[in-house]
Amino acid sequence: MTASLALGPAPDVALSRINPVAQLTALIVVTVVLLTSLDVVTPAVVVAAELTLLPAAGLHRPGALLRRTWPLLAGAVSVGVVNVALSTHPSVVTGVGLGLRVVGLALPGVLLVASTDPVRLADALTLHWRVPTRFAYGALAALRLAPLLVAEFETIRLARRTRGVEAGRNPLARVRLLGGIGFALLVGAVRRGSRLATAMDARGFDSGIPRSNARGSVLHARDAWFVAGTVVVCVVAVALSVATGAWSPIFVGG
Amino acid sequence: MTGRVPADSCALPTDVARAQLSRNLPPARVVARGLGVRHASRHAWALHGIDLVVEPGERVLVTGGSGAGKSTLLAALAGILDPEGVEITGELTVGGRAPRQARGIVGLLAQDPDSQLVMTRAGDDVAFGLENAGVPAEEIWPRVDRALAAVGFRYGRDRSTQALSGGEKQRLVLAGVLVRCPGLLLLDEPTAQLDGPGAELVRSAVARTTADRSTTVVVVDHDAGPWLPLVDRVVELTPDGITERGAGWVPTPRAAGLRLPDAPDGPVLLAAEAAGFTYRGTATAALGPTDLTLRAGRALAVTGPNGTGKSTLALLLAGLRAPTSGRIEAAHELADGARRGGRRPDRWRAADLVGRIGTVFQNPEQQFLTGRLRDELALGPLRSGSHAATAHATAEELLDRLGLTAYADANPYTLSGGQQRRLSVATALATSPRVLVLDEPTFGQDAQTWRELVTLLAERRAAGCAVAVVTHDADLVRALADERLELQPAGSAP
Repeated sequence: MTASLALGPAPDVALSRINPVAQLTALIVVTVVLLTSLDVVTPAVVVAAELTLLPAAGLHRPGALLRRTWPLLAGAVSVGVVNVALSTHPSVVTGVGLGLRVVGLALPGVLLVASTDPVRLADALTLHWRVPTRFAYGALAALRLAPLLVAEFETIRLARRTRGVEAGRNPLARVRLLGGIGFALLVGAVRRGSRLATAMDARGFDSGIPRSNARGSVLHARDAWFVAGTVVVCVVAVALSVATGAWSPIFVGG
Repeated sequence: MTGRVPADSCALPTDVARAQLSRNLPPARVVARGLGVRHASRHAWALHGIDLVVEPGERVLVTGGSGAGKSTLLAALAGILDPEGVEITGELTVGGRAPRQARGIVGLLAQDPDSQLVMTRAGDDVAFGLENAGVPAEEIWPRVDRALAAVGFRYGRDRSTQALSGGEKQRLVLAGVLVRCPGLLLLDEPTAQLDGPGAELVRSAVARTTADRSTTVVVVDHDAGPWLPLVDRVVELTPDGITERGAGWVPTPRAAGLRLPDAPDGPVLLAAEAAGFTYRGTATAALGPTDLTLRAGRALAVTGPNGTGKSTLALLLAGLRAPTSGRIEAAHELADGARRGGRRPDRWRAADLVGRIGTVFQNPEQQFLTGRLRDELALGPLRSGSHAATAHATAEELLDRLGLTAYADANPYTLSGGQQRRLSVATALATSPRVLVLDEPTFGQDAQTWRELVTLLAERRAAGCAVAVVTHDADLVRALADERLELQPAGSAP
């Protein structure tokens, strides 16, 4: 069972006190700014600001951080390298800029997941952004089943050995075996999902009555400050970029 | 009055839900007259000519063997029969309404807790059903706390639902159902996947919460005995209809009159010497050092409370995992001819393993690999190197022995629970292994399947097999076991 799949009571870190919809708003602001700028200064400033938030999300141990972000780092490095290698005017600065952009785009998501209880997220989305409850709580229920799938994968693999089926050293057989296990998992997941849907229906889920919310979700002044802070960081980043002459927005001859 | 229900009428009538949730509604009366249900894909009627009246507040047990229509009756009462997929005759009402319109006043507790829990925290899960009904937030938590106390839930609202045992999870699901104050509580074999103490947790919670007769209770279970102290009446579904069982009725013990063949004592085939297992990344051992021998012609029952490593021991004996301490060693007689691994079953190739040690998992579906029963039974022999003709002859013979010939071309997933169990045992027998390892083979089986299974295992034992069963089933231990190994909770063992 991997840590990233373990869902449970909310992690109690400083950043969890920011409402999930405020975090999502900040994430959208950062995304828009980074997607429209192609220089190296803007993402560098944004990433630096994001890194200062890591301890607030409880990610101060390098080991824990690396475990959550290694695919992201690998992706960022490969984006940078590929762009430099395939570019007609190769430049290390461009490569670093693109790599930083990937990191800058993904880190807000890492921060959100590390600091936010999925239940609070669903509450905030349905109460503040009017996301349909069927979607939000349906997804929540499905998420609860994810760790069960991991355990079931191992059981099905062993069950195949009892029937005389294993891959040995043949890579092709390995792929076929994985495919078979995947299919068995899928069948199991669909069945469990439909049983869960019946149970949810039996408890009145999505029956046409406006749903109430037992936990609530409150927006505080600190949430507004958080979003405002994000906007300030982005403005500073763009201003620095323009001032240093590095600014190259995507729409103008990017 | 029921018949085919128009699809647009399935929305819950708001007035009923409101009345129920403000607890003004009395327990529901259930009336079935000449009820018949036929699934569109089947020729035979799943239910036929059912007459049943359950008075408000009454607690009734509906029992019967596999295939008698228990699940169909339950789905009909719960209003979850697919109107497109079934033909319905006669009349069925719950609280004076067609079941589909009465869904808001029916509470349902099914078998598998993991596919009934919605939220990650206990309190949130109980609150879920009240939120759905639009109950104001300030009323929700007091009612959640009362429901949790009523079922005897021992932890706080913030308890993670994943950190609960099966019996505790079912208690939590029950709290989530009862918090909506249902007029009719339906229990669908709610203890089928639990061990003895877990089942007792659920039954005692049901007894306590329904003692005030505030809700009508219908329990559906093939295993009638444990429910008798808490129900007012028992009705039995049979292929011919429904029979009222009078006061003082007790089910025939499933082991009654069972005569099993004796077996000669044989040599040791597989031995564990201080074998233990610790999962990677965990500090405590899943299985402490264990010694045992499996002998030809002998059946060993492994018993003990949950969490003592019984299933882990089964995996070690089955050659599916290597012990992390001590060893599991096959006798020369068993290991002879294995192309790799010598006397260590976990190192054997799967093709060698399948002809030497047959394993049956708790959940039969996890072991099915093909789309037809016939292929399923031929697979093991083919894998262990039998000729196609021999493999198929073996498959046909086993189909016949188990009364499954009529389903030879059916998909294993479409069989009933009892049939699936017989098939999974048959697939393990198809390669004639000398050692059989079974994990809870009798969970959720009706009396008929139970007897067939025990007889089958006894026959293999008489033919010189060594049988190891991991089980909570005291009847099975009494009927079959020659020896018994009781695993102790960590710390209490010497």
